[in-house]
Amino acid sequence: MAIKKPKVAVFKFASCDGCQLSILDAEDELLIIANAVDIAFFPEASRRMLKGPYDISFVEGSITTPHDVEYIREVRKMSRVLVTIGACATAGGIQALRNWKDIKEFTQIVYAKPEYISALDRSLPISSYVHVDFELQGCPINKYQFIEVMSAFLHRRRPNVSSHSVCIECKTKGNICVLVDKGIPCLGPVTHAGCGALCPSYQRGCYGCYGPMESPNTQSLSKHFIRLGLTGQDVMLAFRGFNAYAEAFRKESDAHEK
Amino acid sequence: MTSRQPTLKLKSQQLNTLINVIKQRGYTPVGPVVREGSLIYDRLNSADELPRGWTDEQDAATFRLKRRSDNAYFGYNVGQHSWKQFLFLPKVKLFTSIKKGKTFEVIPNSPHEIVQNYAFIGVRPCDLQAIKVQDLVFNNGQFTDPLYKTIRKKNFIAVVNCTQAGGTCFCVSMSSGPRAYRGFDLAMTEVLSGDDHFFTVEVGSKSGAEVMSEIPHDIADQTQIETADKLVERAARQMGRSMDVKDIKEILYANLENKSWDDVANRCLTCANCVMVCPTCFCSTVEDITDVTGEHAERWRRWDSCFTMDFAKVFGGNFRPSSKGRYRQWMTHKLATWIDQFGTSGCVGCGRCITWCPVRIDITEEMRTIRSGAR
Repeated sequence: MAIKKPKVAVFKFASCDGCQLSILDAEDELLIIANAVDIAFFPEASRRMLKGPYDISFVEGSITTPHDVEYIREVRKMSRVLVTIGACATAGGIQALRNWKDIKEFTQIVYAKPEYISALDRSLPISSYVHVDFELQGCPINKYQFIEVMSAFLHRRRPNVSSHSVCIECKTKGNICVLVDKGIPCLGPVTHAGCGALCPSYQRGCYGCYGPMESPNTQSLSKHFIRLGLTGQDVMLAFRGFNAYAEAFRKESDAHEK
Repeated sequence: MTSRQPTLKLKSQQLNTLINVIKQRGYTPVGPVVREGSLIYDRLNSADELPRGWTDEQDAATFRLKRRSDNAYFGYNVGQHSWKQFLFLPKVKLFTSIKKGKTFEVIPNSPHEIVQNYAFIGVRPCDLQAIKVQDLVFNNGQFTDPLYKTIRKKNFIAVVNCTQAGGTCFCVSMSSGPRAYRGFDLAMTEVLSGDDHFFTVEVGSKSGAEVMSEIPHDIADQTQIETADKLVERAARQMGRSMDVKDIKEILYANLENKSWDDVANRCLTCANCVMVCPTCFCSTVEDITDVTGEHAERWRRWDSCFTMDFAKVFGGNFRPSSKGRYRQWMTHKLATWIDQFGTSGCVGCGRCITWCPVRIDITEEMRTIRSGAR
């Protein structure tokens, strides 16, 4: 008799679907994954949608509407393990830029019938509403890290997802520091590893797509950016990206807002 | 070698012959090259690939490559890379494990499959000292890292003594340069005077003597030796930094609660760049990975740092949660506890941690602050 395969689900909230596409992009591994687990609910990939409970649920996207709040609580109830994936689910995403503005004003300008729009005043991470077992940061997530997290939960071990700076990835690869060697502003020292130091590997500064690292000293790095000639506005914008509402980045951008 | 060998003279045109002879003897030459505008250490096919005519300007948090007015082959100091990356690999698989029914089979990774016979060309005296420091860590009789030991055993080292110092250099303070006295196969000093361009060469080993016997060379005369010596002495006077090492261990031990640690913690990014670029930092972590099926597992070792949170995480908590504690750990280990542990300082004065700290934290300055406010 075949052993019952663990049921895996992938849910989507307010997001661009890029993290789900990263999963689908794991082409070499998808067949192995499909063999090892029962992909029970993944509307982006399959019309076959099995009911919960699920052994592992991966959640993409942020919470932006009252409906989202209800739905994420349902998802939590149906899931033994809940893992959030991507900057939206872990920090509120790029759409959290509206957290600094009045959402009602936007809906008035954009929609002919703004009364049809039911939106919360802020875009928040999943962990603001329900307990999350593991957060996988990144915009978008790294497909290999996704497989690592899934394998780790399936085999009940600790995922090897380092929360140190991107600098360690650069140095391990032998990349020469763009900040020191070229004077290019780089968020690597305050940013969570995981992308494999993608931008610095191509002589670009880090944009902070993977959100804050474990102990980010954003203030010290900002001071150095100012020394390099950036304005307070530049620094504010540097921290107000895909992970703008992650606490460390939010506080730093606020400190430079005039 | 017991008997003192005469200093030899190698014409600059013969530098490529040296590299060729080294290659013919089965070594993979590695040395400084310029890639994408940066100074790195990489495979070296010929002397033409050396950063000839380049120099570097270094200060806290800046490194710039500049053109020289001459054609020196080694007219720069050390870059971000160090020889550590070839001897103590940043990432290495230790073994593979395959599930066999209810048990599993372990397939070790043989060092011999990974090891290259590296010939390091252009090792600076501070970096040679760093290699000796890591020898004490990885191959000290009591503890042996088989991979490190195997790579070192097959390692050829051609030192180039420094004839100029960089803005963050302080090897004189740490007694590790600008001249190397032992522990090399060859030690060269580059001399450029007028149209004359040559290297004085000291032979430090049997392999070094064998290599030199295959290359056309002369015996250096007294004037040539003195010219080379003067250039090295000039470098010694040019140190961009200095560190007073008198009673350094006692001072650090007596100042674990000095308030200057709070100040440096405010600036420290805990990014671990200093550790990564340090040629003696030796910490690593071990990661076990499994695939989705659970049939296949691997154990990997990779560079780690006392600046990461995971480093001091144990059951029940983290015994070094603050960045203050982590910076203090790094600096106190490097300059003080290292002496108790290995009988030598962990610092060789190469200046990398000063140049490559993104926010200009300078170990010589931090030490000065502690010393001046010492209890």
